[in-house]
Amino acid sequence: MTESLLDVSDVKVAFPVAGWRRPPVEILHGVSLSVAPGRTVGLVGESGSGKSTLGRAVLGLAPVTAGTIRFQGREIQDLSKAERRPLAADLQVVFQDPYSSLNPAMSIGAILAEPLRARGIAADEAIARIHDLLDAVGMPSGSARRSPREFSGGQRQRIAIARAIALEPRLIVCDEPTSALDLSTQARVLDLLVELQERTGVSYLFISHNLAVVRRMCHDVAVMYRGEIVEYGEGDRVTSDPQHPYTRSLLMAAPVPDPARQSARRGERQRLRAETAA
Amino acid sequence: MLVFIARRLGGGLVLMLGISFIAFALVFAGGSHAAHSILGQDADAAAIAAKEAELGLDQPFIVQYGTWLLNALRGDFGHSWFNSEQVVDLIGTRLPVTLSIVTVSVLLTALVSVLLGMTAAIRGGWLDRAIQFVSVAGVALPNFWVAIVLVVIFAVTLGWLPATGYVPFGDSPSRWVASITLPVVALLFAGIASTAQQIRGATIDVLSRDFVRTLRARGLSERSVIGAHVLRAAAGPALTVLSLQFIGTIGGAVVIEKVFALPGLGLLGVNATIKGDMPVIMGVLIVTAVIVVLVNLVIDIVNGWINPKARLA
Amino acid sequence: MSTAMLSTELDRTTRPLRRTGILARILRNPMGTASLIVLTLIVLAAILAPLITVNPPGRADIGMVNAPPFTDGYLLGGDNAGRDVLSRLVFGAQLTLLGALSTVIVSLLLGVTLGLIGGYYRGRFDAVAGWVCDLLLILPSKIVLVAMFAVIGPNTMLTMAVLGVMVAPSFYRLVRNLVIAVRKELYIDAAQVSGLSDARIIGRHVLFAVRAPIVVHTSMIAGLAIILQAGLEFLGLGDPDSPTWGGMLQDAFTSIYSDPLLMVWPGIAIGVTVGAFILLGNVVRDSFDAPAAVRPRRRAVAAGSDAVTAPEGSICHVSGLTIGYAQASGDDKVVVDGVGFDVQRGRVLGLVGESGSGKTQTSLAILGLLPKGGAVLGGGISFEGKDLLAPGAARALRGRRIAYIPQEPMSNLDPNFTIGHQLIEPLRAAKGLSRTEAREAASALLERVGIPDVERVLRSYPHQISGGMAQRVLIAGAVSCDPDLIIADEPTTALDVTVQAEILDLLRGLQRERGMSMVLVTHDFGVVADLCDDVVVMRDGRVIERGTAEEIFGDPQQEYTRTLLASTLDGTPARSVLDKKGAQS
Repeated sequence: MTESLLDVSDVKVAFPVAGWRRPPVEILHGVSLSVAPGRTVGLVGESGSGKSTLGRAVLGLAPVTAGTIRFQGREIQDLSKAERRPLAADLQVVFQDPYSSLNPAMSIGAILAEPLRARGIAADEAIARIHDLLDAVGMPSGSARRSPREFSGGQRQRIAIARAIALEPRLIVCDEPTSALDLSTQARVLDLLVELQERTGVSYLFISHNLAVVRRMCHDVAVMYRGEIVEYGEGDRVTSDPQHPYTRSLLMAAPVPDPARQSARRGERQRLRAETAA
Repeated sequence: MLVFIARRLGGGLVLMLGISFIAFALVFAGGSHAAHSILGQDADAAAIAAKEAELGLDQPFIVQYGTWLLNALRGDFGHSWFNSEQVVDLIGTRLPVTLSIVTVSVLLTALVSVLLGMTAAIRGGWLDRAIQFVSVAGVALPNFWVAIVLVVIFAVTLGWLPATGYVPFGDSPSRWVASITLPVVALLFAGIASTAQQIRGATIDVLSRDFVRTLRARGLSERSVIGAHVLRAAAGPALTVLSLQFIGTIGGAVVIEKVFALPGLGLLGVNATIKGDMPVIMGVLIVTAVIVVLVNLVIDIVNGWINPKARLA
Repeated sequence: MSTAMLSTELDRTTRPLRRTGILARILRNPMGTASLIVLTLIVLAAILAPLITVNPPGRADIGMVNAPPFTDGYLLGGDNAGRDVLSRLVFGAQLTLLGALSTVIVSLLLGVTLGLIGGYYRGRFDAVAGWVCDLLLILPSKIVLVAMFAVIGPNTMLTMAVLGVMVAPSFYRLVRNLVIAVRKELYIDAAQVSGLSDARIIGRHVLFAVRAPIVVHTSMIAGLAIILQAGLEFLGLGDPDSPTWGGMLQDAFTSIYSDPLLMVWPGIAIGVTVGAFILLGNVVRDSFDAPAAVRPRRRAVAAGSDAVTAPEGSICHVSGLTIGYAQASGDDKVVVDGVGFDVQRGRVLGLVGESGSGKTQTSLAILGLLPKGGAVLGGGISFEGKDLLAPGAARALRGRRIAYIPQEPMSNLDPNFTIGHQLIEPLRAAKGLSRTEAREAASALLERVGIPDVERVLRSYPHQISGGMAQRVLIAGAVSCDPDLIIADEPTTALDVTVQAEILDLLRGLQRERGMSMVLVTHDFGVVADLCDDVVVMRDGRVIERGTAEEIFGDPQQEYTRTLLASTLDGTPARSVLDKKGAQS
């Protein structure tokens, strides 16, 4: 059995509260999961489930108060900012909002060069790499001179993905990467992510609120509710035949684009709700 | 709501304490040459030392501050170093003068600015552009220069209003109005210029908010939407602007008092500072600070009443 | 869709523009160029003062006391001591500018650096600094400077430096608030994950984002410093040895009766200098606040194509609708082009499309609530035979026969009024009920939309209830006037999927109960399948396909519709299954 790339074990995250001596608010109440090399693990849940918080904890952007996060065998939950910086080569992120994740005042070239230069890669080598990156995500190489403002949401997400793969990471945390995109663009970006994984063997921790997207992308799925993982298993099974009542309600609630089937699902959902209420 | 008021009051008291300490530190930092300026340059060392002991200037700084604070809390701000008048008395006679011109000016500024600013934001057009122009001119020209121009036109040339002097309200209300008209107008000019512009900005912000569109969709008349909802939402930022304006006007009143020879706090402070009369300077500083803190407090409380979310802060 | 998002929708279809720096934007504006020129001239005059003046500023000539302008080489005349006014004006600029520089440097150094730290790291530093700022901002600067004169003496540079300390808090507040806002931007997080140090992030990203407001504020502070300095000099607290503009005003004041003209020159000098600073600040602020000018697409406005009279059974008839926005260049940017459809009585019409399709614009046009700058350029909208585009027509029907359910629940409720007030007030306006009757009606409505603890909610303010509850409140408000037509703009997009299902149930129930017609704007075909009877597919401002839900889902005619339906991920195989099959083959 291959050793897992990322091992989250009983992790709790709590945020401090402004004001005099107010107790911190716990968002994650002890979650565990693991991601193997070359695989995608999905985190699905609604707002307040803590899925984004877990992703941010892995990236070092949220305070872990208990438990361990092991990345490539090394514990990373307590690292200082300075100690975390070398991790950038192996652990990257693609955020949800394509309008906020790229600095509108910088050129695309400068944005893509940033992680490379932070790593100490020389300017001319960086330029060559940027052209390769833009190629890999299907963007014209002339894009490097332009500003994010000149591109659509889908194109910006591709650039964000290019930035994420710049240092050839082992794991990318994808925090709702397609939620802000149009339907047609969404499909293309998801295809790109799958293609990159098949080519480079990178792993994804894929966060989404959309069960259908998670089903398409993930080998394994963890369903989160109010800071806990309530169901965890193979993607196909969890998203088509869930065991936990919450996962079932999640599945039933998502409308399907077919009037007849949707009508049937709606009936089922209402029956289920009447049963649980009784 | 009551908890909110109590918290703000407490905050205000702490603020006053901090201000008094800083003011004392500023003013008495170089206090050692006060004895020289009182006795003159030729006084001998013994006389200087005696004077310093008399004024309490030989004590450690903290003791000096402590003494001053305890006295101040009892209402005793000491006496002038150059005549033996009590600081409290000096301030007492001057305070109404300054307060007259400042309060009237700020109230009128508020009224006019809200009207002009909101109308400009809602109607746009030539009024909007006129306000933008006036706002630059009003801030760029010093208010005392405007005051002098007013004196030349209305007092010297036309003779309609007095050029100098203050008549207390108690003596004659009509002549009180006459004596403060030109000073207030001078202060108004700069005040309206900056305030109207900011209120216009705040109103434009509110008009673009989603809930304004939804209220219109609910069929509310434009009068209700603007009169009740937009007004309330813009009131918060407007109050902030006005509290800053009050602080600025108190400062601006100092020069205005010189132009019109009004016996106010500002001139008292200027004369005292030229002579180096520390207790008087301190008194003026503290009284000014108290007024500003009180006004801020009232505005804060009004804001909390109008804007429920502000009570959480 | 919020109005902010609407402008983003507009931005999406613009062509690329060159990025411009601060200087370029200033120069593009004639006022900006003018103020820069004026300021440059003043600075040059101050620096070259000894070279460009004829008479020394301090030389008093009895014969020239109060001399009128153009007398004997004194271009602006002589002052009350017989000195050359113009010369004193030019030399006075030196101390004025140096004083302003002193204030600006001190306040920038203190305010900006501390503001960057306070905004980025927050915590106790920020709390303490905030308290100190409150302290310093409360004291009127002029009074403090007057008081400080006793300690500092007539030292202009030091006094202005103290002013710098007193105004630094305004920079602190400004920079700190901006930094906090920028900090929340995801590109900061991305930079951190990319391995940049805090210093690089602050220097590279944060500082760059706040540079424009800092420039604006600096020019305002420079203007303020000049006025304050002049005031102190006027009071006699300035430098007695050098010529200063405030000092000149003090002299002019003493001879106000004998030579009032003396007052004019220093006044103009101050006014022009400060005015230039303020205009400069305004220009920078406006060029960064306003969206960059958009080059319009040239498009012929399509003539109304569909039938003029509404067909039988249609409650709302849209034909040849064209909507455009006025651009700075004078042309119109067309966002909806020749759109036509019918809303059938008692049925739900889904207006489906991606961003930029014009679906929201169309729905707002029916309500007569297009955002500022938008106008119907052609075509018609009629409601039960009445022309909705006639002046006042839409307004008369809003909140009475036609209602609106917006997308974002929280931003669409007035935060300053209770829920009860916001339900009752329009109800009374629309139906003329008394307060008690309206309150009862509101309570009944809240119960119907599934809100528990109705009494508490009526008394609550919007920030005290959840997003899902807020949306129910908005729905209650919309149906309260018993409308015939409801325009719902993505009413569930901002909600969680389980809440969405309940809201859709609620909408369906209300629609069936009351026989209302509905226009449902959405991008989600699942929602369309759940709720809609008829469908209109839009793209880039045009109608691509129309039909009943069965027709569109069962047998889509247009390529675009088929592509959209295929993108819904419905029926795509699961990843775990795909990979297993791949491994096996």
